[in-house]
Amino acid sequence: MSELKKIPTRNGFGDEIVEVGKENPEIVVLDIDIGKSCKTGEFKKQLPDQYLNVGIAEQNGAGVAAGLATCGKIPFVVTYAAFGSMRICEMIRQEICYTNLNVKIACSHGGFTPANDGASHQAIEDMGILRTIPNISIMMPADYNQARKLVRAAAETYGPMYLRFTRDAMEQVYGPDVEFEIGKAYQIQDGKDVAIIANGDTVSLAIKAAKALEEKGVSARVLDMHTIKPLDVEAVKACVEEIGKIVTVEDHNIINGLGSGVCEVAAEMGKGKVKRIGIQDQFGESAPYERLLAKNGITVDNIVETALAL
Amino acid sequence: MKDVSIKELKNAATDLRMKVIDMIYKAQSGHPGGSLSAAEFVTACYFKYMNVDPKNPRWADRDRMVLSKGHVCPIQYAALGALGYFPLEVLDTLRKEGSPLQGHPSMIKCPGIDISTGSLGQGLACAAGMALAGKMDKKDYKVFCVVGDGEAQEGEIWEAANTANKYKLDNRIMFVDVNRLQLDGTCEEVMPNGDLGAKFKAFGWDVYYYDGNSMEETVEVLDKCYAPEAQNGNPKALIGATVKGKGVSFMENQVGWHGVAPNDEQYAQAMEELKAQLI
Repeated sequence: MSELKKIPTRNGFGDEIVEVGKENPEIVVLDIDIGKSCKTGEFKKQLPDQYLNVGIAEQNGAGVAAGLATCGKIPFVVTYAAFGSMRICEMIRQEICYTNLNVKIACSHGGFTPANDGASHQAIEDMGILRTIPNISIMMPADYNQARKLVRAAAETYGPMYLRFTRDAMEQVYGPDVEFEIGKAYQIQDGKDVAIIANGDTVSLAIKAAKALEEKGVSARVLDMHTIKPLDVEAVKACVEEIGKIVTVEDHNIINGLGSGVCEVAAEMGKGKVKRIGIQDQFGESAPYERLLAKNGITVDNIVETALAL
Repeated sequence: MKDVSIKELKNAATDLRMKVIDMIYKAQSGHPGGSLSAAEFVTACYFKYMNVDPKNPRWADRDRMVLSKGHVCPIQYAALGALGYFPLEVLDTLRKEGSPLQGHPSMIKCPGIDISTGSLGQGLACAAGMALAGKMDKKDYKVFCVVGDGEAQEGEIWEAANTANKYKLDNRIMFVDVNRLQLDGTCEEVMPNGDLGAKFKAFGWDVYYYDGNSMEETVEVLDKCYAPEAQNGNPKALIGATVKGKGVSFMENQVGWHGVAPNDEQYAQAMEELKAQLI
């Protein structure tokens, strides 16, 4: 995969939203001034009648989207993850989730991926906060192609959804023809000694770690849990039953993200060992992306060590 | 628009006020003050202006009503019940377990509610979204919105005011219920609003000041919103000076009647006073 050019997953959103918008005139992009950064420029150019920009007013953006959705539109509210989750959290709860409206919150700058921007723009809590709200689905694609597939799935599936993309360029994991289903983990490879469950930008790390483990004679199952809500409970249960040892990896606070979700399943089963790798409940800073991950132990080496220690 | 006389509308407003008191008394919970102050606007909209079908509440071409100050839903429930969205007996279930009439309105549970509200400041943006969808789809429905003057302290109201101006939402009619009271005291004490009309005017809205508890003036100002010259791209702000608790002497202008239910004697007196207002 490393020979392919790295691409930010926000580009996958920007490219696919044009295609689904052309097919379905009810699709509306609702920008909150940062459309250029979130890659909606082509949509605006090609589909001006389906395009809105409400200015720097996130709360209002969520409300306008809810109103549009009551009239049959399928609005994609486009902003950065920090704002699209926390700035408008209560509007998402009250006007989008409680009402169970067909609104999609599509956010770039997930996790540490706006590395240079510093902590204000690095959403490390977003998926966890939204995970506690009923009705919403939450997903983060691993790469450009998966982003395209999940954007299409979101457009074609009813319900409130939160999609999290990367600002920074990510390695390509999947070919253009791989299919994904919302709420279903994608098994990248099977193994019998340890399961590595990752999502978003950490999927490529999980794959490399599995390769390194293989060289040490350890066979790893690798799951891409692109949707953390609804969590694919069956896939987690299978890991607990069949393998019993799980390492979770995420570019998100270890509190209430993918790792927490997996732990909840294992704890209720009363068996299995889980180790969580993720952001150590601390804010980031302006620094190279890889450095931010490394400071929190989100590295191939640490995944390997953690897996071996289990 | 229906051909209804002022007298009929006045009696309808009194009838809705009686239903409000009755519901809140039976629930022993709810918000009478703001429900009563908004009665003329809600009555005029539902009984004269709004193009709706109680048998088909989600009809795509209907006019919409957004109660941004959702806690005054008893007045909207009363109107919906009177129009036949649900049997009148349902009004007796306000705030009770299993009732479609939640403490704050839910579009999922109650027919005729166009969007769930209850958290202040959010309804105007939702109304903007509905009005925008109407413009995008070239439909001529109107979107009505009830905002409280205390509620106008929320920042999102002004974000939505900007949106309505930018997208020329002249199909949106907002009533600001200026009853000058909020939960903790008078608006003047808690957070002075200044001249709300001047503020909306500065945001590009057409502004109409009037007596919000006068049915004659309510009809006059709504007629103006329907006039050909009013289809000018500007959203409409109806700044209605009202009396919180209007119609029940001991509730009028009393901060204490924001969210309290009447006891037996108060209920009897309120109903008697309202009955006497039927003409």
